Amino acid sequence: MSILQITNLTKSYSGIKALDNVQLSLKKGEVHALMGENGAGKSTLMKILVGLTNPDSGQIVFNGNYLGNKGVNDKLRKGISMIDQEILIIPELTVAQNIFLGREKEIGASTSGWLRDSNINSRAKELLSQIGLEIGADVKMKHLSVAQMQMVEIAKAISNEAQVIIMDEPTSAISDKEVSTLFRIIRELKSKGVSVIYTSHKMDEIFEIADTVTVLRDGNYIGTKSASELDKNALISMMVGRDLDDMFPERRVEKGQEILSVKNLSRKGKFSDISFEVHAGEILGLAGLMGAGRTEIARVIYGMDQADSGDIFIGGKKTKVNSPRDAVKNGIGYVSEDRKGIGFIPALSVKENMTLASLSKHRKGIFINTKSEKEVAEKMIIDLRIKVSGSDQKVMHLSGGNQQKVVIAKVLLASPKVIILDEPTRGIDIGAKFEIYKLIQNLAAEGIAVILISSELPEILGMSDRILVLSKGRKTAMLSRHKATQEMIMKYAVE
Amino acid sequence: MVSNTQTKFKNFGQYGIFLAFVIICLVLALSTPRFFTIPNLLNIGTQVSINALLAFGVTFVIITGGIDLSLGSMVAVTGVIAATFAHPDTYPVIVPVFVALIAGLAFGAFNGLVITKSKVPPFIVTLGTMTIGRGLALILSKGRPVSNLSDSFNFIGGGNLFGIPFPIIILILAFIICSVILNKTILGRYMYAVGGNEPAARASGIRVNNVKMWVYTICGLLSAIGGILLTSRITTGQPNAGAGFELDAIAAAIIGGTSTSGGTGTMTGTLVGALLIGVISNSLDLLNVTSYYQQVVMGAIIIGAVVLDSMGKER
Repeated sequence: MSILQITNLTKSYSGIKALDNVQLSLKKGEVHALMGENGAGKSTLMKILVGLTNPDSGQIVFNGNYLGNKGVNDKLRKGISMIDQEILIIPELTVAQNIFLGREKEIGASTSGWLRDSNINSRAKELLSQIGLEIGADVKMKHLSVAQMQMVEIAKAISNEAQVIIMDEPTSAISDKEVSTLFRIIRELKSKGVSVIYTSHKMDEIFEIADTVTVLRDGNYIGTKSASELDKNALISMMVGRDLDDMFPERRVEKGQEILSVKNLSRKGKFSDISFEVHAGEILGLAGLMGAGRTEIARVIYGMDQADSGDIFIGGKKTKVNSPRDAVKNGIGYVSEDRKGIGFIPALSVKENMTLASLSKHRKGIFINTKSEKEVAEKMIIDLRIKVSGSDQKVMHLSGGNQQKVVIAKVLLASPKVIILDEPTRGIDIGAKFEIYKLIQNLAAEGIAVILISSELPEILGMSDRILVLSKGRKTAMLSRHKATQEMIMKYAVE
Repeated sequence: MVSNTQTKFKNFGQYGIFLAFVIICLVLALSTPRFFTIPNLLNIGTQVSINALLAFGVTFVIITGGIDLSLGSMVAVTGVIAATFAHPDTYPVIVPVFVALIAGLAFGAFNGLVITKSKVPPFIVTLGTMTIGRGLALILSKGRPVSNLSDSFNFIGGGNLFGIPFPIIILILAFIICSVILNKTILGRYMYAVGGNEPAARASGIRVNNVKMWVYTICGLLSAIGGILLTSRITTGQPNAGAGFELDAIAAAIIGGTSTSGGTGTMTGTLVGALLIGVISNSLDLLNVTSYYQQVVMGAIIIGAVVLDSMGKER
């Protein structure tokens, strides 16, 4: 019996169809994965379901009635809740206060404006124990981890008597152990007859938790299959529309001279006694678990943090890197894992972002040589195959993959001799990932030394010539491409 | 259909303030014969000039994500300093002008220095220097207006060149120079970068603190020009002058589309914002509306402009 039936749903933004005749049938008590690359239309569909936006045409039948277009509160009351990627909580309020925010009267905790927190607390406690959560109801939200906040959000949805809970990338920011808690709760929801619509970039999760999978591509409905009759490759080819056998093409390594080396580099509480070198034309992979110290090492090499001891050598010469400015001058480029935070400037154009680290090459006195600036930007757009309407388009309007390419272009235009790529394909859809892999290989072929930091083992294994494995801030192994396996890397990463 | 109207609305939000300005001018020209006469237009230009200069300065600051509340006090300090050196038969007119400009630069640089070195929010720092500046103006003038200024000094704010009031000429020059700085120079690009995403700007190798030093110093310099113009126009150095000017300047920038969260804004927008404020207070004068009502109208316009702007940004 289906609780939610979507037919012929269509929605366009500025003439571009985000959803084109999409359908979805959600059964009571099932976990339904909604899959597709970035830009496939998942977010738009979810936004319509929770009432953040309205469709142009199509029908949504919920519990036998038309759902209607009356906004978020109406959907909440009818029993559709969403656990957002970016969690919306008030950090200074307690768990209980957050759960019942705006509904104090309904639950009898408030009469004529006066609040009785004890009432809220006991209700919240009941709710939390219902889903087996060991969080105090009177703890302030700011003391919780991201995963715990997510659980509180779920508790809130349950308290709303949600029949459908939409989870948008719920595991993007939580640890493996927390994922298993989340999955336990999802299974509990299922057994109570609650349906879950679930999105994630992580394939393994889908096969672990989902009953049914619906795939969208470019706003079109591709198909719905039971998870048990799909495997990873079949799912990827549904999402991408082609097979991806050659994600990591074989390449010839021509190792040049040493470009960068670090000796006994340490930073208190982050990593200690790290030594390695990287040569022109080489790709050095840095593998390790979260918190192993990979990003922290990159930040020190790029001058964003300072080492407590140890030295950095560039071209064999001992060099002090006190700031990103020093790093850029010395030919070091860094593509951060935190693309939004320190990668690009959303309100500036593609062109302006690209030349930000190399404007001194386009100067006429104090003025900018806009002609040469435009030329190099447009060449980069072609070379990196960036999808933009023009070099003047603002970066905030681009997809994740294209934003990442703009950041890489910015780093490249500063003519680096060594480039550090920190999780360069995180949150990027599969097609764009492939292009970025090719791009990295081309850089190496041009004689740039590449340091690749990644949490995805296939990526590290497929791309790197040598792999440096870190565990808890220490170097535990240096493996060559041909000898390394996923099992070996994991073994050293947890050592 | 939905998307079409949204696009239209977005464009309207972007250019709404220009459109509003043109419509208001047209309505006034048709309804009030005295509005669209050369003497009245020159009068508006002169009245707007000081606010516009300060607004240009604060536009730079707001684009980098900062704020400067000490503008009005800087006007007072530099005005009093200029007046002290501008008595007849003492120094040539270049001296008071030069000394006041240096004082403005120094005051602005001090703002920049404290903000970049202390990491205290610009709002707090300039709230402090606003009070300090007012105190300095009172100390330097011993609390009394500094009058008896030379004719050549009084020409700056009161004279004409080819029939155009001198303040308007300065306004036009300042507008051109500020626009060029913002749009054509590396410094201007870095201002947008710092306000748009400061950590990203720093990670791109931009010296963020240098950029901030520049904008507060430029803001001080423009305030000094404002101080000189005001002192010259009222032929006295008033220690109490310029109170509240900072709010008018910020209002002009905001009405002109500069976002208080930084990263966006244009000099043209700010100029239109300043002109809009000037035209409306002028027309209310012409229509004999008392100044009490004028303030209510002005406040409503500030809010209206930002509402318009944010509606344009929604999607």
